[in-house]
Amino acid sequence: MAHSEQEILAGLGEIIEEIVGTEPSEVTPEKSFVDDLDIDSLSMVEIAVAAQDRFGVEIPDEQLKDLKTVQDVITFIQK
Amino acid sequence: MFPTASVPGGAIIRSVGEYQPSRVVTNADLEARVDTNDEWIQSRVGIKERRIAGPEDTVASMAVAAGGKALAASGLSPEDIDLVIVATCTVQDQIPNTAATVAARLGIVAPGAFDINAACAGFCYTLGIAADMVRAGSSRNALIIGSEKLSDWVDWTDRSTCVIFADGAGAAVVSASEDNGIGPVVWGSSGERADRIHLRDHKYLWQEGQAVFRWTTTELYKTGLEALERAGVAPEELTAFVPHQANLRIIESIAKKLGAPQALVARDIVTAGNTSSASIPLALSRMIGRGELPSGSTVLTLGFGAGLVYAAQVIRIP
Repeated sequence: MAHSEQEILAGLGEIIEEIVGTEPSEVTPEKSFVDDLDIDSLSMVEIAVAAQDRFGVEIPDEQLKDLKTVQDVITFIQK
Repeated sequence: MFPTASVPGGAIIRSVGEYQPSRVVTNADLEARVDTNDEWIQSRVGIKERRIAGPEDTVASMAVAAGGKALAASGLSPEDIDLVIVATCTVQDQIPNTAATVAARLGIVAPGAFDINAACAGFCYTLGIAADMVRAGSSRNALIIGSEKLSDWVDWTDRSTCVIFADGAGAAVVSASEDNGIGPVVWGSSGERADRIHLRDHKYLWQEGQAVFRWTTTELYKTGLEALERAGVAPEELTAFVPHQANLRIIESIAKKLGAPQALVARDIVTAGNTSSASIPLALSRMIGRGELPSGSTVLTLGFGAGLVYAAQVIRIP
């Protein structure tokens, strides 16, 4: 089942708020997880696990290092 | 056929004991050696300081110190002990085994003595073995010890590992008893993921941080819940959760998923670091010493580590 870009962005906003407490409005496609949202490598795993539960797309650990921005994750989930 | 040796009744933890090296290494001390800082270490692994062995501390000497304390607290004499098991994955010399040496130094005469390697799950594995041997009648009183000198296997220029690992030992005396105070062990392994935690160049502890984090935070709570179920204990009846002290974020994530919000969660890692098989008995002993675990408390232990291996059981505090 495909998810729209808007749906995924909104979902990621909620997930990131739950895990690190960031305001969902701060989570925009161009933001970098590390530099802009201050999300570390372990929180990235939590986000990947939550995103998998929500969107049904597995994001393996090997993939995580290439997912630098919110848009990267949206694109990965849509693919 | 031969008579079976099993005896009615169960196994209990009679006493515990611990040893930590005297040398404290703070995060500030590590900042002087590698590119790291206190804030980074505390936010990623939850450690403020750890104990690192001096040249006088060996796996055997630390095991003797912790084992001696557990033995003294048990009210038993050395001749009452008929089995000594040491869990360790960091001993330098594989031959001879550590358990026999430790037993001799404690004045325990001719017990069954062997070592096991179940990495950071070593204490839970050993406790499971000892409890079953006691319940089967193969042992009356067993001394079990987790002792680790991880500092010998750490690359002190690698900031991703040297901030985590530490040294120490913890021990318990397991005895036959009319009632049963050690629940069934629930254990397992996942050898297809052996590469996740291993010795780099046969010398240095190395782990795939994200993979280990994902494994521990998404799968292991199920092992804990199964141990509770096998022991007939509901999560809301737990007094405390004492998992392997691997990383505070892992500990808190697993604790949250157990559905036991009332349970005290061991956070011994903050001042003891990750001491592998020693971390659970070390935490138990220190928590009992501080009066945090009253006699009769119901505690869930959960060990996990290189292998990958994992084990859990419910215990009653002596």
